[in-house]
Amino acid sequence: MNVMYFAWVRERIGIPQETVETQAATVNDLIAELRAREDRYEAAFADISALRVALDQELSDFDAPLAGVREVAFFPPMTGG
Amino acid sequence: MGVRVQAEPFDVGTELNAFAKDRTDIGAVVSFTGVVRDTDGDLSEMQIEHYPGMTERAIGKIVDQAVKRWALADALVIHRYGTLKPGAPIMMVATAAAHRAAAFEAADFLMDYLKSRAPFWKKEITSIGADWVAAKDEDEDALNRW
Repeated sequence: MNVMYFAWVRERIGIPQETVETQAATVNDLIAELRAREDRYEAAFADISALRVALDQELSDFDAPLAGVREVAFFPPMTGG
Repeated sequence: MGVRVQAEPFDVGTELNAFAKDRTDIGAVVSFTGVVRDTDGDLSEMQIEHYPGMTERAIGKIVDQAVKRWALADALVIHRYGTLKPGAPIMMVATAAAHRAAAFEAADFLMDYLKSRAPFWKKEITSIGADWVAAKDEDEDALNRW
């Protein structure tokens, strides 16, 4: 699936998006997989309460299932307006 | 209804003059303009990042809700991304309705939701360095008003 990162999440991980091969059942499972990869992921996902997630461009929850999802995006709380 | 997400500057006066121009059934037009603020006199620029695709969808949904709830005759949202200088307009909303209460309330609702539900992120560049603007708790709380 396509995984996207925005704002300081993108800066900590160092890339705006990547294709991830995963069997993760939920967003939390995917985060656990990513955190186990490298320090830069650990740095980005250290505090989940500071993050938001969108599944296929809809704001979602960390315990949401990933079945059928094509695009996951992680970012800090939005500051529009 | 209009939603525009763009890097280019826009002219608030031009946009407002064109907004709901040919409608004779409206009695109220309300607009809000968000401007790059240099609080400490040290801001060289603001960089605004967004999530192409989700941005337009999220704003479109918010506008649809406002139009239905307040029976708006028209609504417009323009939001810029990219690099902006202090004093530059970041975004604007305009609402048109039969009466002013609906136009004011709908514009207020649109701003509260755009603030924390439209996927934009602001970064301030000063002489000290670059800092992401943090979301405020009160911005999230503001959604509970609606």
